[in-house]
Amino acid sequence: MATTSYTSWAADLADVGVVYPFAGSEVVMVILGVVFWITCQVLMSKMEDEELEAEEKAASSSSSGSNIDRY
Amino acid sequence: MGSNIDALTTVFTEFYYWVTVVFMFLIHVGFCVYEVGVARRRNHMHTLMKNTMLIPVVTVTFFFFGWWIYWAFPNFPMAIDFAAGAPYTPWAENMGTNLGDRITGVFWAAFLLFSWTAASIVSGACIERIKTKAFLIHAVLIGSVFWIIDASWGWHWGGWMVKYLGYHDAYASGVIHAIAGGYALGILMVLGPRLGKFAKDGTPRDIPPHNPWLVTIGFFLIYTGFWGFYAACNVPIISPEVIDGQLTGVTWTATNIYLAPTTLGAITMNFLMSLSGGLMVAYLVSKGDAFWTYSGGLAGIITASAGNDLYHPIQAMLIGGFGAYAAFKLHNYVEKRFKIDDAVGAVAVHGYAGFIGVVICGFMLWGAPSSPYEGYAAISPWGQLIGAIIMFGLLGFLPGYLVSKLMQAKGMLRIPASVEIRGLDAMTNEAYESAVADIQAAEKRRLNEQSK
Repeated sequence: MATTSYTSWAADLADVGVVYPFAGSEVVMVILGVVFWITCQVLMSKMEDEELEAEEKAASSSSSGSNIDRY
Repeated sequence: MGSNIDALTTVFTEFYYWVTVVFMFLIHVGFCVYEVGVARRRNHMHTLMKNTMLIPVVTVTFFFFGWWIYWAFPNFPMAIDFAAGAPYTPWAENMGTNLGDRITGVFWAAFLLFSWTAASIVSGACIERIKTKAFLIHAVLIGSVFWIIDASWGWHWGGWMVKYLGYHDAYASGVIHAIAGGYALGILMVLGPRLGKFAKDGTPRDIPPHNPWLVTIGFFLIYTGFWGFYAACNVPIISPEVIDGQLTGVTWTATNIYLAPTTLGAITMNFLMSLSGGLMVAYLVSKGDAFWTYSGGLAGIITASAGNDLYHPIQAMLIGGFGAYAAFKLHNYVEKRFKIDDAVGAVAVHGYAGFIGVVICGFMLWGAPSSPYEGYAAISPWGQLIGAIIMFGLLGFLPGYLVSKLMQAKGMLRIPASVEIRGLDAMTNEAYESAVADIQAAEKRRLNEQSK
């Protein structure tokens, strides 16, 4: 079994191009990568919403005042 | 140097490694800044000096015997190659100013900076309670003995792990990070947690960094130095006949440490993509915690490093993301389950992520050649798993644990509890305050006398 298209370096490098594993699956890799990126970005966005909601609930005039004093 | 093209190649190579060494210095600056940022104010100076003083002790020991080990031990313990090691003994002509050998000095220095990194990874884990004298012995052992043995076995074109296991670890997931993380875990198991780290019921308490901003700057410096580290792991330019392996044709190339072809372009993309995968996942899994987000970026690079000479950038990103997730989860699990106080998460970020990265590489590059030389085993999951166990367990954890046990028996491992509570810098701080009060009083007296 080999994940690369070559199993030896016995070659003239002038004739060698792609050497990464699973060559030929670029479209699948891009789909996986894009899903990963969008999932991460959506989750980060949700996380911020939750954090701001919690901060909003915790806010009071006295705590806000002391935070202003802390600069 | 026979011709001008040879001369140009040699001087280019010399300059290339020299630049990587300067870049890698930033790793150590970053570790120092980061450790001081994590340490509490009463331990600053000792934390800084502990990490600083590993520089001279590792440097001189690496000159005296570490570099020789790399060249003489590729088949140790089956054999010691005295002939191959001879030019790298401290009394050899190659180890001095020598116009006939422009490469040994910079190559030695590049490996030395790897040695500092290995020792510095261990340093952070045991801050605020290890005696400096004990740490400096550990620094010599990890920096000039154990890591360089593993490099000789698994990070040398002729190393037995490469020949027989097909071990592949291009940017040192195992040979630097897993071994240093394993070594740190061995020390921590004997050293014990900082006082107050765990509540009576065993629940871990958070001991926050005294200065999170300093910690993040430290991380940025480590990232920057890591660029130099990556470049230093390559041979920048080499011709097929110099490799004298199976490469045919006349095309010159950059190679990894095993003299197998790669490109600076590939490793640059993979470095950035694995960093990004690690940062994104760590940000999510730690709920935006800065310390763990930055640590996750590092864990991402470390996990992908074993195969970053050949991976596709998207593969590097996904592997980096997984490594950051695993490091975060494993750190918290081990802390709670085994009461291990790793002050900076070094065991997780370097040890677990490095171990996992070596194993993943076995699956990702399954069947690919580990070397351009004929007859070497191909890369495989089992070869990588055995390699990871050797790095983390045999050459990392085991010596760290045994030497610490010995130190503990001799009473030289841990500082007294009263000093730990009071802070390692207490007397230094008192002397500082006294000196400040003294000079201020003197200046005020002089001012009063002048005004009369």
